[in-house]
Amino acid sequence: MIRSTHLPLLVTLGTFVLAYALCAYDYPSMLSTRVVANLLTDNAFLGIAAVGMTFVILSGGIDLSIGSVIAFTGVFLAVILRDTSIHPLAAFMLVLILTTAFGAAMGALIHYLEMPPFIVTLAGMFLARGAAYVLSTESVPITHEFYDVLQGLYWKDPSGGRFRLIGGIMVLTFLVGILVAHRTRFGQNVYALGGGGQTAKLMGLPLASTTIRIYAISGGLAGLSGIVFSLYTSAGYSLATVGVELDAIAAVVIGGTLLTGGYGFVAGTFFGILIMGLIQTYIVFDGTLSSWWTKIVIGGLLFAFIVLQKGLTWATQARRRTATGSAAAS
Amino acid sequence: MAHDIPPVLHATGISKFFPGTIALDDVELRLEAGEVHALLGENGAGKSTLIKCLTGAYQRDGGTIRLSGHEVAPQSTAESQKLGIGTVYQEVNLLPNLTVAENLYLGRQPMRWGLVDRRRMNAMARDALAGYGLDIDPAEPLTAYSVAIQQVVAIARAVEMSGKVLILDEPTASLDRDEVQLLFGVIRQLKARGLAVVFITHFLDQVFEISDRATVLRNGRVVGTRLLSEVSQKDVVTLMLGRQLEAQVHERKAASAGAKLIEIDGLGKRGMLEPLSLALREGEVVGLAGLLGSGRTETANLIFGAVQADQGRMLLRGREITVGNPREAVRHRFALCPEDRKTEGIVGDLSVRDNIILARQAAQGWVRPIPRAEVNEIAERYVRALDIRLASLDMPIRLLSGGNQQKALLARWLATNPDFLILDEPTRGIDVGAHAEIIALIEQLRADGMALLVASSELEELVAYSTRVIVLRDRRQVRELTGAEITPDNIVRAIADDDGREVA
Ligand SMILES: Nc1ncnc2c1ncn2[C@@H]1O[C@H](COP(=O)(O)OP(=O)(O)OP(=O)(O)O)[C@@H](O)[C@H]1O
Ligand SMILES: [Mg+2]
Repeated sequence: MIRSTHLPLLVTLGTFVLAYALCAYDYPSMLSTRVVANLLTDNAFLGIAAVGMTFVILSGGIDLSIGSVIAFTGVFLAVILRDTSIHPLAAFMLVLILTTAFGAAMGALIHYLEMPPFIVTLAGMFLARGAAYVLSTESVPITHEFYDVLQGLYWKDPSGGRFRLIGGIMVLTFLVGILVAHRTRFGQNVYALGGGGQTAKLMGLPLASTTIRIYAISGGLAGLSGIVFSLYTSAGYSLATVGVELDAIAAVVIGGTLLTGGYGFVAGTFFGILIMGLIQTYIVFDGTLSSWWTKIVIGGLLFAFIVLQKGLTWATQARRRTATGSAAAS
Repeated sequence: MAHDIPPVLHATGISKFFPGTIALDDVELRLEAGEVHALLGENGAGKSTLIKCLTGAYQRDGGTIRLSGHEVAPQSTAESQKLGIGTVYQEVNLLPNLTVAENLYLGRQPMRWGLVDRRRMNAMARDALAGYGLDIDPAEPLTAYSVAIQQVVAIARAVEMSGKVLILDEPTASLDRDEVQLLFGVIRQLKARGLAVVFITHFLDQVFEISDRATVLRNGRVVGTRLLSEVSQKDVVTLMLGRQLEAQVHERKAASAGAKLIEIDGLGKRGMLEPLSLALREGEVVGLAGLLGSGRTETANLIFGAVQADQGRMLLRGREITVGNPREAVRHRFALCPEDRKTEGIVGDLSVRDNIILARQAAQGWVRPIPRAEVNEIAERYVRALDIRLASLDMPIRLLSGGNQQKALLARWLATNPDFLILDEPTRGIDVGAHAEIIALIEQLRADGMALLVASSELEELVAYSTRVIVLRDRRQVRELTGAEITPDNIVRAIADDDGREVA
């Protein structure tokens, strides 16, 4: 059944279909599985991080640290694989534990010190970036046969598209994210928190554990995203992925999630990511447009979506509004 | 009282301090199994604060709580819920972004294979709400439904959560007679099961109907606990106020009405309100009676321009006017004090003073700020006139007790000095003492030549101040009562359609 809360998701879906149709009209070859496969591969790390960001934004928060955490993860892996004989899988586990704990710590600060998420995660952003610098200021290449194995894993479509492991990880992350958001108690608590912290508290919601878990998930997924990024680039560089948190926020908003929290869908973020990837691909196909056009189009889209959300909020409120002093006072 | 069984809940020595206020001082509350215990007191007496201390929403500053003889110290509402205490707090407390079913089962959703079983959750919600006579789609967002329905959902949630104690803080304020009866039915069942129920309300009739005992608070202290079968309403009121409430001698002064102020001719909106005609003179109070959803609030909104009418016209002192929005209404010196203070009225984080002055400042435009001294003078005048209990004019209004917020909102509209004042449920959540004062105030404003339109579900109250009463049913004006016709019985009969439809 179509409900008004689903509208932003439908708009996102519509935008995606429309955008793809336009692209395919200009460049029919964009319909190939090769392009689809690359779309998934190229946006894998961003998509994974955006799942975490969706949870954070649904709860009414924000996480500015993820770009730095991704870079830190990459450098950490590169350095540890260069300097020790630890198996990459063990290194993955280690870095996931680290980043999850880092997120949890930020969540705890936000909850117990009642500090705005913006400030706490801004501090986290500097901290993680700084830690990456401390490990190495140079780009450290990763050469490990296990990496080669992982990078060689793909499923080849008969028509030539290569669906690689990391794209699969992203899709899997989204599927799990959808399940967690909509079908678990924790997921419901995330929405409840976004709907109103005070009310949720009176309803008996475990505020502390929910907040901590949300940021732990965001941190952990940023770690996973970092692993995927290192598989994608075969290197760790402390200056990499600057501003990725903003791309993730953009994807979440284009995906129809309300920035103020409480309304939205993880699946929407998936299409947000695809829309952004599509724009990029179009510009590559075109060849003459400057890559800055990506930013401009995404900016325009963001703006349109925010206006749309505002409009929807107004529409629902106007329907509910009866008499009011606030209307007279405005 | 059985002495071998410990009370279900026994709180002793509960204290709570806020800056500038001693909200609770050495309070004792004893709840026996299978009793309905009313908690009474004036606005600001500390009832809601006591509930919040008992359920862990506030940390108390002193005292002990025993549940079935064991000491407990809930640190959060989650903990008190686990202990079997279900609570409906005074401020409607559900989440607008969730569906009805999600709200009902937040935190205890039915699970299957480790996942929330939405289908079963919706089915359970449907069943649970059917017990309250509600046939709604629980998969819809909560905000798709009226405040009354939301309130029933909140109650249903608390009932499902209460293994030992159910606490209801003014649950019936926005409910109709029938809904109240349904709620009482549920309370009686719980009582038979041996639960203790705490019931807070300002409707004394309801207190005497459902409760066994009452504890009365005044200024944060317990002034007595009474078996209600042994006392009269008057005793309880005297205990609450610490003084006798003067008997209300009510001789309605003949409608010494002045010039015709406003004439409403066939004003209506399709699907919302059938055309309504009504003329009001200066110095007249017209009451609007009718059941919940009969169109009282809609009438008020339509006249005030909060909702656009699509037919009919309005004349002010013989000249036709258009009221397209509340701002125009204010320019014509109209005022509307809305029913739902929480979502439409107060600005929680602004000070009490700013909240009171808001509409007046808006009416004269923000570029001409009202001088500070005048603001203070106005705010203080209304705080005194309406007996608003507060620690200081600077405190954020959300920290006031529920009833005092309501009074502050009334003050906001009185401060605009309107010619035509529309009041929607002016006494909701207001204690008996203040209730009488507000009725006196309406009488006073009328005598001063103001025209008033008052929507209320309390018939006694309507009878007390109205010079005419218009009865609405199914969003239609069905009857007008004047003079000696205005009695509670006649209004009830008109609402229930016992006599003819001669007035269409
Ligand atoms: N968080 C707070 N900070 C400061 N003062 C508060 C706070 N909460 C309540 N108060 C004050 O404590 C007193 C008791 O308030 P409470 O809400 O318990 O009254 P009440 O008996 O429930 O009244 P009502 O019938 O109007 O709901 C009031 O004077 C109120 O202003
Ligand atoms: Mg209260």
